[in-house]
Amino acid sequence: MDKNNLLLKINGATYEVRCEARKLLSDAIREDCGLTGTHVGCEHGVCGACTVLLDGRPARACLTYAAQADVMEITTIEAIAQGEQLSPLQQAMHECHGLQCGFCTPGIVMTFEAYLRECPDPTEAQVRDVLSGNLCRCTGYQNIVRAILLAAARIREGGSHVAA
Amino acid sequence: MKPAAFDYHRPGSLADALSLLESFADDAKVIAGGQSLGPMMNMRLAQPQHLIDLNGLTELAGIRETADALVIGAMTRHHDVATSAIVRAACPLLADAVATVGHYAIRQRGTLGGSLVHADPAAQIPLAAVTLGATVEIAGARGTREAQAADFIESVMTTDLAAHEMVTAVRFPKSGVAQGHGFEIMTRRHGDFAIVACAVAIELDGDIIRALRIGLGGVSDKPVLLEQLAAQFCGEARHADLAQRIGAAAAAAIDPEDSAEISSTFRREVALVLTRRAVEQALGRAGH
Repeated sequence: MDKNNLLLKINGATYEVRCEARKLLSDAIREDCGLTGTHVGCEHGVCGACTVLLDGRPARACLTYAAQADVMEITTIEAIAQGEQLSPLQQAMHECHGLQCGFCTPGIVMTFEAYLRECPDPTEAQVRDVLSGNLCRCTGYQNIVRAILLAAARIREGGSHVAA
Repeated sequence: MKPAAFDYHRPGSLADALSLLESFADDAKVIAGGQSLGPMMNMRLAQPQHLIDLNGLTELAGIRETADALVIGAMTRHHDVATSAIVRAACPLLADAVATVGHYAIRQRGTLGGSLVHADPAAQIPLAAVTLGATVEIAGARGTREAQAADFIESVMTTDLAAHEMVTAVRFPKSGVAQGHGFEIMTRRHGDFAIVACAVAIELDGDIIRALRIGLGGVSDKPVLLEQLAAQFCGEARHADLAQRIGAAAAAAIDPEDSAEISSTFRREVALVLTRRAVEQALGRAGH
C-alpha cells in the first residue's frame, strides 16, 4: 500500500513522517516521532490512555489517523511540564498519589489540562463525570479525584508551574 | 486492533466530497468524528477501501436558528451542541441528551450527523431526533432531499441513506414556552451505551396535557416513538399518579429483546422507571 509523506506539528515542533493512510496517530506519535509518553491501551477509544490534544481539545489518538492530523496542532504529555517543573496537575497527582503504575496517567493529565481550562472550578461530581472516560486499574480513582480538585484550586489561586 | 488498508481522501468542499462518494459508492465510507467508525475499523468490522474525511468541510459545522427550528450542521461536535446557549434555550431536551453521549473527550470529536447515521439503537442522538420529530437534510451528487428522523432510521445501524448520499444537517423543531422536557438514561458503566434511555416532551395548557411525545431507546432495533400511547394521555389533567401510569403503559407497549446479559423483563422495568422519571421532570418544567 502506498505511503504518504506527512508533516505532523507536535508540541510546537514539526516531524516528517512517512506512513500508510491507516497508521493510527497514536502509533505515529510513538513509533515515528519517538514520543512514547502517549500510551496505547485498548485501541478502540474506551480506555483513554492515548488521549492527546488536537487543536487544544482532548481526543483519542487511537481513533484518529496520522493522515488526518497533518492539519492540526497536536499536544502530547511531553509538553505539559516545563523542563523539570511539573504542571500544577502533575504536581498534585504526585502529591496525592494519583497514580501507581502510571500507564493511564498521561491520558488523564491531557484530558484534565483541557477540562480545567474550560471549567476551572469543577465540583467533585463534574470531575468524576469527566474522569469516567479514562480507565485506571490501580488507584480506585479516589486519589486522582483529590489531585484534580487540588490542582484546580491551585490554578485558581494563580499557580502555574511549580518546582518538582 | 489496526485498521485494514484504505485510501485516504480529504475533500475541501461538499461538492468534492459528494463527487468522491458518487465515484466510489459502496467501497467508500465517510468519516466525521470517527468515534464510532474508528473503533469499527480498528476491529476490522468495517473495512472501507476509501475513507472520505469530512473534517475539512467547515461549512457543515454550526448551529443556527430559524423562526421555528434549530438547524445543526452534521459536523457539529457533541460538545458544541451540549454547551450551546442557543440549543439550551431552543431545544433543551437535545442539550440534555447530547451531554450524556460517551465521555468528555469523545464528545469533543464525535458529531451530531455521524451519531445519527451510525444509528445505534441505544444511542442518544437518534432517540432525541425521533422523539422531537427532527428532519434530516441529505445531499447526494444528484441533488438534495429531506427525511423525517423516524423514517430515516430503519433498523440496527441501518438508515435509508443511499451509498452516494450523506447527511448535511438536522433540523429540530423549537420547544414552545409551555413545553417541558425530561431525559433519563441507564447505563451499565458511565458513558456506555444505554440499557434504556427515555426522552419526553410535554406541552401543558394550564394543568391539561395538550401534547405529549415519548421516545424510548435501547428497547428495539431503533428508537421507539410511542405516538398512540401518548395520544391516549392528551387531555388528561396533571395529577399525582400520572407519571407512574404513563410509565406503566410505556413498559407494556414495548417488546424488548431477551438477551443472556439483560432480560426483557429487566429492560421493561427500567423503561417503566425511566419513563416515570422523565415525565415527572417534564411536568415539573412545563408551563413555567
